[in-house]
Amino acid sequence: MSDTETTDLETFRNETRAWLEANCPPEMRKPATSDADVFWGGRNAKFSSEPQRIWFERMRDKGWTVPDWPKEYGGGGLSAAEHKVLRAEMARIGARPPLSSFGIWMLGPALLKYGNEAQKKEHLPKIAAGEIRWCQGYSEPNAGSDLASLQTRAESDGDDFIINGQKIWTSYANYADWIFCLVRTDPAAKKHDGISFILFDMTSKGVSTKPILLISGYSPFCETFFDNVRVPKSHVVGTINRGWDVAKYLLQHERAMISGMGERGVGRPLGQIAADTVGTDAQGRLDDVMLRGQIARFDVDEAALAACAERAVDLAKAGQAHPAFSSAMKYYGTELNKRRHEILMSAGGVDALEWESERSKQGAKPRAWLRTKANSIEGGTSEVMLGIVAKRILDLPGA
Amino acid sequence: MALVLTEEQSMLRDSARGLISGKAPVSHLRHLRDSKDRVGFSKELWHAFAEMGFAGLLVPEDFGGSGLGYVEAGVVMEEIGRTLMPSPFLATSVVAASALNRGGNAAQKSEYLPKIASGSLLATLAIDEGAKHRPLQTSLQAVRAGNGFRLSGAKALVVDGHVVDLLIVAARTAGAAGEREGLTLFLVDPKAKGVAIERTIMVDAHNAARIDFANVEVDADSVLGEVDQAANLLDGVLDIGRGAVAAEMVGLSEEVFGRTVEYLKSRKQFGKLIGEFQALQHRAAELYIDIEITRAATMKALQALDADVAKAASSVAVAKARAGTTATRAVQEGVQMHGGMGMTDQFDIGFFMKRARVCEELFGDANYHTEQLARARGY
Repeated sequence: MSDTETTDLETFRNETRAWLEANCPPEMRKPATSDADVFWGGRNAKFSSEPQRIWFERMRDKGWTVPDWPKEYGGGGLSAAEHKVLRAEMARIGARPPLSSFGIWMLGPALLKYGNEAQKKEHLPKIAAGEIRWCQGYSEPNAGSDLASLQTRAESDGDDFIINGQKIWTSYANYADWIFCLVRTDPAAKKHDGISFILFDMTSKGVSTKPILLISGYSPFCETFFDNVRVPKSHVVGTINRGWDVAKYLLQHERAMISGMGERGVGRPLGQIAADTVGTDAQGRLDDVMLRGQIARFDVDEAALAACAERAVDLAKAGQAHPAFSSAMKYYGTELNKRRHEILMSAGGVDALEWESERSKQGAKPRAWLRTKANSIEGGTSEVMLGIVAKRILDLPGA
Repeated sequence: MALVLTEEQSMLRDSARGLISGKAPVSHLRHLRDSKDRVGFSKELWHAFAEMGFAGLLVPEDFGGSGLGYVEAGVVMEEIGRTLMPSPFLATSVVAASALNRGGNAAQKSEYLPKIASGSLLATLAIDEGAKHRPLQTSLQAVRAGNGFRLSGAKALVVDGHVVDLLIVAARTAGAAGEREGLTLFLVDPKAKGVAIERTIMVDAHNAARIDFANVEVDADSVLGEVDQAANLLDGVLDIGRGAVAAEMVGLSEEVFGRTVEYLKSRKQFGKLIGEFQALQHRAAELYIDIEITRAATMKALQALDADVAKAASSVAVAKARAGTTATRAVQEGVQMHGGMGMTDQFDIGFFMKRARVCEELFGDANYHTEQLARARGY
């Protein structure tokens, strides 16, 4: 990096710091502790508080809901280096993301790479502005880890496809405005070759959703049914029957997103949380040496993973990243998050077992603990991730 | 700072790799071991190291060195880890050079640093006394005598202790074992009266010694840094050594892993390549991920050392702890997946297992550094 670039970056850092200081409401500088703290956007979106609205609108107006997308599509047009600075400055004050959405994390990157100009112009600005909330139609009852065996059919009818079938584990389908969906457009082709990636409105005739009650007592996922849903062929992203390329590219982003789940590096450290229940000895050490050791080992691994996540971004920027590395991160990040919540349950003891009381915030701890068990299943199981690493990175035979 | 090597650092890696893998593959270590070489490393290679600027890599340019940083030292250490080359680089060029540069007065720096850079002086830090690395437990006594001090006690695991020209000895001038106050570093001539050096042939066939000090007299000028106040200096120097050993372990882990993956792709049983078995594929994939994460943590620590040695402790603890568990896993999986061949002396894999065990003890093992992180975080 040249001296001028370094100077420019420092100027950007100072300006960004000052802007965030002036514009991020204090209420938005605390970690999100419930779903109401997260703003997902969409046609029916409601802000849970005034600071949440202000923060979202200010960031949206700068294009910083999607800082690294091109300005013409509603983004901030930041370079990779500037984006890293913005992230660091937001992390410094604990600023929450102003907008969370599958449009930002998953569909957007896929559209930027595979979408045509009309699709980019139509959809990206609405994602950036939080106007449309997307859901992902990938898994089916008989196509889980073996996703490419999906059976939802899209049959040609003039300029349209007629879609029939069922999806499952569709996150927040009941709140979503549009869906990006994998459908089979050529049943005669080999399983990876007859799939198309298509977009449609969830209010289309023939679409229905049914929430699934999970072990956590929540219903973040739905079954989604398609009964003769008519969708223009122009809504296919990329080439018809080449949807698997788009799907795989998008999965890399999904895995990167899931590997970053969990409250890494924010909120109270585990060691302090544990001190509340198990107490400390005269030297201030946790009065449960085995738990203390577990926490310390976790902290070592968590800090190391954070370095690896940072390095993964830097490698991508330098054009040295392996495309399958997000599978490695997804595997380790999700297993680590499960470890974190096992430790939290152990540290919480009896207090972490209450399911319905006000005192326990309606069982926030056990519900969050149970929710993490899906991390190593959704977006590709840990076993599938290890298989991908074995095959695509290590080039092991027959993997 | 991006966690990738710069162009200059990549070039340094390539030239280090060229020299080390060309002149000192694992067979070099095997030959030194089998011939019971009295020096334990190749002097010729050490001169080549000096000519390429590696011996004085961390020595400031004013003293004839290359004036590079800890990331660069880590680059060289990683290449050393790949072939297990016995070299004075760690003890002399990383640890001793850092101690002299960070703690030395003008006279001490001018006397020793140029000689380290030219490859003509070997030096080492004598710190450990018990079976485990516990710097604050130092109890080797230094009592004032005349114009100087008199040292009495014993040191263990002194790397290159049998061949060095200069010992940097951690001693207690005040206080009791376990206290930060009262530690002092001394520059001691290994030929001084009362110094008894026993070369200890270690499991890894690298160089170490036990050294006894019986009323060894040193003058006041031999104090490195300030009397009683060496704890901070030692923390920094040891963290630099830890970062370097972590880098060596990353190189070692990656090499043993690469060899193991190649074996999975060539060994046939039950009519197929053993790499086709999912049980082994998943273990190999997990190990790969472990190594990548440890590599990133180690780079992070080396960059933190370059930014400010005094603020790098937690990053270094994470790196050394991770490097220890990762290398241990890598060598165990390496031997296991090589089956019976992995147990033979003829195969190189065992050399990696032995060196990993020594690296794990050097400057504190994974448990030690995990404990340090817990203390730093206040639980």
